[in-house]
Amino acid sequence: MSATPAASPADAVVAEGLVKRFGSTTALDGMSFQVHAGELFGFIGADGAGKTTLFRILATLLVPDAGTARVLGYDVVSDLWALRQRIGYMPGRFALYPDLSVEENLRFFASVFGTTIAREYAQIAPIYSQLEPFKRRRAAALSGGMKQKLALSCALVHRPDILFLDEPTTGVDAVSRREFWDLLAHLRAGGLTIIVSTPYMDEASRCDRVALVQRGGILAIDTPAAIAASFGRPLFAVRGSDRYGTLRAIREYPNTGSVYPFGEVLHFTDARAATPPAGAARELESYLASRGLAAAVTPTEPTIEDTFIARLSAAQPEQAA
Amino acid sequence: MNESLAIRARELTRTFGAFTAVDHITFDVRAGEVFGFLGANGAGKTTAIRMLTGLLAPSGGEAVVAGHDIRTESEAVKRDIGYMSQRFSLYDDLTVRENIQLYGGIYDLPPAEIRARMRRMLDRLGLQRSESALVRSLPLGWKQKLAFSVALLHEPRIVFLDEPTGGVDPITRRQFWELIYEAAHAGTTVFVTTHYMDEAEYCDRISIMVAGRIGALGTPHELKAQFGAASLDDVFVRLARPERAAGAAGAPGEPLAPRGATP
Repeated sequence: MSATPAASPADAVVAEGLVKRFGSTTALDGMSFQVHAGELFGFIGADGAGKTTLFRILATLLVPDAGTARVLGYDVVSDLWALRQRIGYMPGRFALYPDLSVEENLRFFASVFGTTIAREYAQIAPIYSQLEPFKRRRAAALSGGMKQKLALSCALVHRPDILFLDEPTTGVDAVSRREFWDLLAHLRAGGLTIIVSTPYMDEASRCDRVALVQRGGILAIDTPAAIAASFGRPLFAVRGSDRYGTLRAIREYPNTGSVYPFGEVLHFTDARAATPPAGAARELESYLASRGLAAAVTPTEPTIEDTFIARLSAAQPEQAA
Repeated sequence: MNESLAIRARELTRTFGAFTAVDHITFDVRAGEVFGFLGANGAGKTTAIRMLTGLLAPSGGEAVVAGHDIRTESEAVKRDIGYMSQRFSLYDDLTVRENIQLYGGIYDLPPAEIRARMRRMLDRLGLQRSESALVRSLPLGWKQKLAFSVALLHEPRIVFLDEPTGGVDPITRRQFWELIYEAAHAGTTVFVTTHYMDEAEYCDRISIMVAGRIGALGTPHELKAQFGAASLDDVFVRLARPERAAGAAGAPGEPLAPRGATP
């Protein structure tokens, strides 16, 4: 084990050029980033983008092929035993014992770290108190939202300094999802560093900073607001009664930079950078009218998802929207 | 039978013992509509879908799906609908062609017809060269597009989709929605269930089930206006947890009053 790291490093995680391959698949392709102490940091990307591989490396469960990562100042390879005492990890798949009760699962995880539920109660109370009425229920018989709270309690019972949550909200309904993010905000307010992954863009706004990941690399890393603002071009919402017909017509419009469905509306950018937004909107409206399509074109604020689409299109032109 | 309606449910009800899972729901889905069917876990969504797909007999009320009475013609209902769940629609260990043949066989399509439809489908998806590839070797986005097309192979009038765009990148997701819009444009009704409100935003109309009943029904725009909410997520949470939206922190069973949770 190497020398004791600084007591309160400004960066909770420093990753430099992480590479991980599985056979011919490159899961991580030279990933570098820092997470500041006390941050709620999100990795946002699709299934297969490399999020789980990254989390396993940071949680000392997988050794990178190249590159280094330090978590709380400890090297994830050479200092793994010291580091394991200080991290909490909640894997994406429910990894508790289905045949043990709620209380037995928690007691087991406490005992692994040489502690007890009673001693750590204050730390886990905000979450565990919601489960206590069901503490004798088998874990397998819990609802999705409750399983998730039990898994979080088990990841927190040894009072870690940093928490890794791999897709904690996948498959959970919108109400439980919101409650879960409220819990994370509460834990963060207590000083815990939290790193979370999700495929859902709308969860980005709950994070202090996010990294957009794709094919083992980072497309953007910043605050959610800054990533959205980095879109950098006028964006328009097109609202019409025939959404599909309008989409097809805009694809044939010579000035189209990009167009894609976005919820109830279509998002459109004009390929001509110099055209004033009001003019671009009016021109598109009259073009659509000439095709027999009634649609309203209005400027709209880009979201983080718009930026993600733009960066993906630039990185993978064959996929362009 | 009204041909412009894909689903017509009237007072549809299902009880299990003393528990009423679906409580007199009434709604219509128009042909060619993309309809989102939402609800929190335990709200009765799954029970309702099992009835609408002919898998579970109702305790009361009636429904006509794809022109067939779900009570007396459940086999005909099953034949005229398609179904795709996010993860389990295709067999990973079979090739693209084998999956299509299997599926076509289940629906009794003649082999020549299966071949013709397969050719058209693979051309449209740009997957001609992957015909002999194992499904497991395809990227997730391709698998989803293929699963959707396979669910349409027997030309059902309604296709049921369960969280169709979960876990894919934002571009793949949009390509998938375009496939859905294209199918709807061609007259297929698309019935989407999802936990994700940003996915629900892509539907023409949505309904939100609460405690066995339909708590709200309308276009995403109408529902946001009706509830004075900025997002469908807010609409959903208000419906599912009214005490929470009203700011009643510390309600029984919910002792935590998280920071920043003010209404």
